[in-house]
Amino acid sequence: MKMIQAVIRPEKLDDVKRALEEKGFIALTILDVKGRGEQKGIILQYRGKKVEVDFLPKVKIEVVVQDGEAEAAIGAIRASARTGKIGDGKIFVLPVEMMARVRTDEVWT
Amino acid sequence: MVLDSGDTAWILAATALVMLMTPGVGFFYGGMVRRKNVISMIALSFIAFALVSIQWVLFGYSLSFGPDVSGFIGGLSLAGLTGVGLDPSGTLTIPALAFMMYQLVFATVTLAILTSVFAERVKISAFLVFGLLWTTLVYDPLAHWVWGGGWLAGLGALDFAGGTVVHISAGFSALAIALVIGKRKGFGVHTMEPANIPMALLGAALLWFGWFGFNAGSALAANGLAANAFVVTNTAAAAGALAWMAASWYHGRPASLGVVSGAVAGLVAITPAAGYVTPLAAIVIGAVAGVFCYGMMLLRIKKGLDESLDAWSIHGMGGVWGALAVGIFASAAVNSYTGLLSGNVTQFTAQIVAVVISVGYAFGVSYILARIVDATIGLRVTENEEYVGLDISQHGETA
Repeated sequence: MKMIQAVIRPEKLDDVKRALEEKGFIALTILDVKGRGEQKGIILQYRGKKVEVDFLPKVKIEVVVQDGEAEAAIGAIRASARTGKIGDGKIFVLPVEMMARVRTDEVWT
Repeated sequence: MVLDSGDTAWILAATALVMLMTPGVGFFYGGMVRRKNVISMIALSFIAFALVSIQWVLFGYSLSFGPDVSGFIGGLSLAGLTGVGLDPSGTLTIPALAFMMYQLVFATVTLAILTSVFAERVKISAFLVFGLLWTTLVYDPLAHWVWGGGWLAGLGALDFAGGTVVHISAGFSALAIALVIGKRKGFGVHTMEPANIPMALLGAALLWFGWFGFNAGSALAANGLAANAFVVTNTAAAAGALAWMAASWYHGRPASLGVVSGAVAGLVAITPAAGYVTPLAAIVIGAVAGVFCYGMMLLRIKKGLDESLDAWSIHGMGGVWGALAVGIFASAAVNSYTGLLSGNVTQFTAQIVAVVISVGYAFGVSYILARIVDATIGLRVTENEEYVGLDISQHGETA
């Protein structure tokens, strides 16, 4: 199993949620986060004075999928979260050792 | 006239009540915008208050209430409050200074209502320039026409506490500016979640509370007419709240923001009528306002118009309904005027004329002013500034 962590624009959350749902990925966790990328956020210009707004609000999505499904999930997130401008975010894929349901004793490895 | 201490005490208190409405608008609007713009939204109301306070003392009061110049505007002889003194003037029983201050808080709250259309995208410098031009060229002439001895009052139109001067003018100006300033980025595409609904509800509470000073104070005396205005104000607000709630319940769930928006719609509609109608008529006026303004808001959204916080649908259209309602429900049992229900058509037609003129004037002049300010200094912030939010980009603060 893989965990897909995607840091995206907050206003794209609805689109990404819908796109993932269409591919059959229903379960997900979201977190409000702040962060910056390589471009160090946004620089505002005030009459020669620069104001750096580097930590911008983002949403982080966490989805756990089967190994073979990772590409499909990444594709869905990319297609729905992309604007083409700086600040669209990043996707990270992590291995998951085990998943256990709380309600029952079921375990997936 | 001789100074009356009871009247003076009431008007001083009413002035303080109305003052609270300006930050009230700020909190009401501020709770409804996204978190990155909350401070900016509240700040616009405070800035409106400060800006108009100074303008009013310097020349705004004189333009509105100075000696009439051919029906259109007041002369400048009261500029800097020259001759506005401690004693009553004319038929008033309160100090001229108290009257001036009471009118000042009306002018400030009107500009605050207008901030609806600037939400989440206006450049603070552009708002200062536009606000000063607008209060001088739209509000002051209208106040003169209706209350300052100008030509509109001469036509027989009734406006007890400012349905045309405050609500129609702010609402239809907002509509005109919306056409110039354009939509917020992402409007109609992304959901724009209100940052803090409890704060918006608190703002609405301040509005409802302050409105007692707005309407009952407009009797300009501590008398029976003030008591009537007080009662019909509360009655219409309550009817508006229940009506909007019921109408929105039909389409889904009765959101709390709908309940208070309905209350504000009822308050707006009763404003011109507060000194002329009975409490039972106020129930009808408020209830119709709640459903009508809700419908106008749906229409605005359907048309894709980003008049962001509904100054037009609630204040503009609620003000139109209220002005017409005076011509329908005015009752001789309250004041010496009658409306359609008492068989008087003249009053109703006078109300229609007043509505058409104030709508046309506010919309037309605001549109031109917005075009001029947009072409010279630009109304909007840059795309990046809008994305980051006005709290950081305009004020350097975060909520």
